Amino acid sequence: MRQAWAQALDYGKGCVDMSHGAGGRAMAQLIEELFVQAFDNEWLRQMNDQACFAVPAGRMVMSTDSHVVSPLFFPGGDIGSLAVHGTINDVAMAGARPLYLAAGFILEEGFPLAELKRVVESMAGAAQEAGVCVITGDTKVVERGKGDGVFITTTGVGVVPPGVDISGDRARPGDRVIVSGTMGDHGVAIMSFRENLSFETAIRSDTAALHGLVADMVRAVPGMRCLRDPTRGGLATTLNEFARQSGVGIRIFERAIPVRSQVSAACELLGLDPLYVANEGKLVAVCAPQDAEPLLAAMRAHPLGRNAAEIGEVIADAHHFVQMQTTFGGSRTVDWLSGEQLPRIC
Amino acid sequence: MKHADEYRDPALALLLADKIARAAYARPQYRLMEFCGGHTHAISRYGIADLLPANVNMIHGPGCPVCVLPIGRIDNAIELVLQHPLTLCTYADTLRVPASDRLSLMQAKARGADVRMVYSAADALRLAQEDPAREIVFFAIGFETTAPSTALAIRAADRLRLPNFSVFCNHVLTPPAMSAILGSTQAQGSGGAGIDGVVGPGHVSCVIGSRAYEPVAEEYCRPVVIAGFEPLDLMQTVLMLIHQINRNRHEVENEYTRAVTREGNAMAQELMEEVFVLRDSFEWRGLGEIADSAYGIRQKYARFDAERRYGIARRRASDNKACECGAILRGEKKPADCRVFGTACTPDNPLGACMVSSEGACAAHYSYGRFRASAAAQTAGLAL
Repeated sequence: MRQAWAQALDYGKGCVDMSHGAGGRAMAQLIEELFVQAFDNEWLRQMNDQACFAVPAGRMVMSTDSHVVSPLFFPGGDIGSLAVHGTINDVAMAGARPLYLAAGFILEEGFPLAELKRVVESMAGAAQEAGVCVITGDTKVVERGKGDGVFITTTGVGVVPPGVDISGDRARPGDRVIVSGTMGDHGVAIMSFRENLSFETAIRSDTAALHGLVADMVRAVPGMRCLRDPTRGGLATTLNEFARQSGVGIRIFERAIPVRSQVSAACELLGLDPLYVANEGKLVAVCAPQDAEPLLAAMRAHPLGRNAAEIGEVIADAHHFVQMQTTFGGSRTVDWLSGEQLPRIC
Repeated sequence: MKHADEYRDPALALLLADKIARAAYARPQYRLMEFCGGHTHAISRYGIADLLPANVNMIHGPGCPVCVLPIGRIDNAIELVLQHPLTLCTYADTLRVPASDRLSLMQAKARGADVRMVYSAADALRLAQEDPAREIVFFAIGFETTAPSTALAIRAADRLRLPNFSVFCNHVLTPPAMSAILGSTQAQGSGGAGIDGVVGPGHVSCVIGSRAYEPVAEEYCRPVVIAGFEPLDLMQTVLMLIHQINRNRHEVENEYTRAVTREGNAMAQELMEEVFVLRDSFEWRGLGEIADSAYGIRQKYARFDAERRYGIARRRASDNKACECGAILRGEKKPADCRVFGTACTPDNPLGACMVSSEGACAAHYSYGRFRASAAAQTAGLAL
């Protein structure tokens, strides 16, 4: 049923123009030749404005995330893979199995079609690798100067296995805090690549879909209490969120927190604190003390949890502070981030 | 991390903590002011106060360049960029500083002003070279640490005959501020406020040399020890200060010998001398007017002076009345003594200078030290 277009999309020199969002033939061509072809699945092939799908019984999860990263392409990933991983992870952090994604694109007039193709193909690759289909979508074009190349919003739905109840308000004093790997890789990779900052490191973004790791964790410890991916605001923000939601305090040990030496060196140079730097392929878990060992074992057996580590514990604290025992031997508060540490990184 | 971990060794820290505890016997109180915001930050970040005995108190000084910048100067910068078709380049910290009428440079940017964050004066200079049609103004702030790079940019602009580059100069000097603080606290005698010794600036001293503080130490009879920024540097410095205080000595000593010499960086000093001239007086937020405490741009380089080019007039704007920044910067009060601390004044919504930058005394205490205060209050059975 594919229509033959007078001329194929020009990925060499072509750019997005206002007609690609105007609802006419140019838009239809862009959708068919680029999006449908890349994301190819039975729902998209139907060419409807929505996707109809059957749902399994049980609790569903839904999450949405807008992606405005600059630069669009960075060491270890790009806005396309990030948009897929980000939403899959948000769904997975309920202990859920992600099922479907929807994607909305806001394109800026003048954005090269070649770059758009690169982004869409990266998205399709990430979705395929994660085993999750992009089943519906939308495209809009804004005038030059009113966007930043491309913004992508993805929405995901998933299903929670029976017996799993993971929520940020379930941490109790005595529980253990575990991270799945090194902190701060994504933020530093972005920072090192950003224009105006000539600064080179071998650090790559950790962007990854974590639902496979989460599935193994849920299997090992179905009673896991809290789970979250420490994206914007980093580990410090996630821990403060848990503390506030659960009405507890948290005490962590700086020595136990995995941070790559290149990341800590870069942070040192830039005046950043790795605890506040974004991650896109890591998670923080809270579990009962007796579950810590089996949970760590399950995590370390998964490629994305090899460097998993227990970093602290939940304590009773009416002020809901997060405290850290420093490697130096003192202690300090790990407060909410004030202002912004890194502008626009996810 | 090599070259850093060596200065963060917890075993050595315990050893030094023990030495400090044993040395601090001669007086009921040792009040030590760390002048630099960088030191304040390190003390908070590594939890150094935990390792000091109860009678050794660290008082946070005014050494955060963003914090001491008076509101009037930020008002000037905002007015400049809102009223002229120019690009204002600024260090990131300055963006959030609250000015009059609930404005800040970040707010001005949101209103359409072209405000850009740069990492150095050289970045601003490069922008001016790349876009000759655009007027670029560099909002220069900082102590003797950032002043040489501003001077370098001005000299380069002169050599390149760049017509579209200028500097709004707000560089301030540490020795006069240290004198002002020690002078004001000495007058109060030994009752209450007072400073027994000073942890001297590290990076500033790399440029101006440790000898710049010799007249201050002499005049006010207080020891000054120049310190590095790693936690062990600070512990060692505290020990050196306590030894001097115990022996009634008041010399300038240098703990940061791996970076600081007595003479400092001659080339940087010559450069500053060539480009800058001392202002008669300059306002410091929280401390008021201090004579001979800031740099303006010399007549020779007048065409790169944004104050002259745009006719920037002096503006006075006062701090919030409830704010205790002045007393905190002079070491007379602690952040928690201020009644707006943590309530009306927080890092997200700063009223006073000390809450503005993460290096400010109040912001550092808010971010890193509050739980200690609350734990103490809880043990005392107080409701917070």
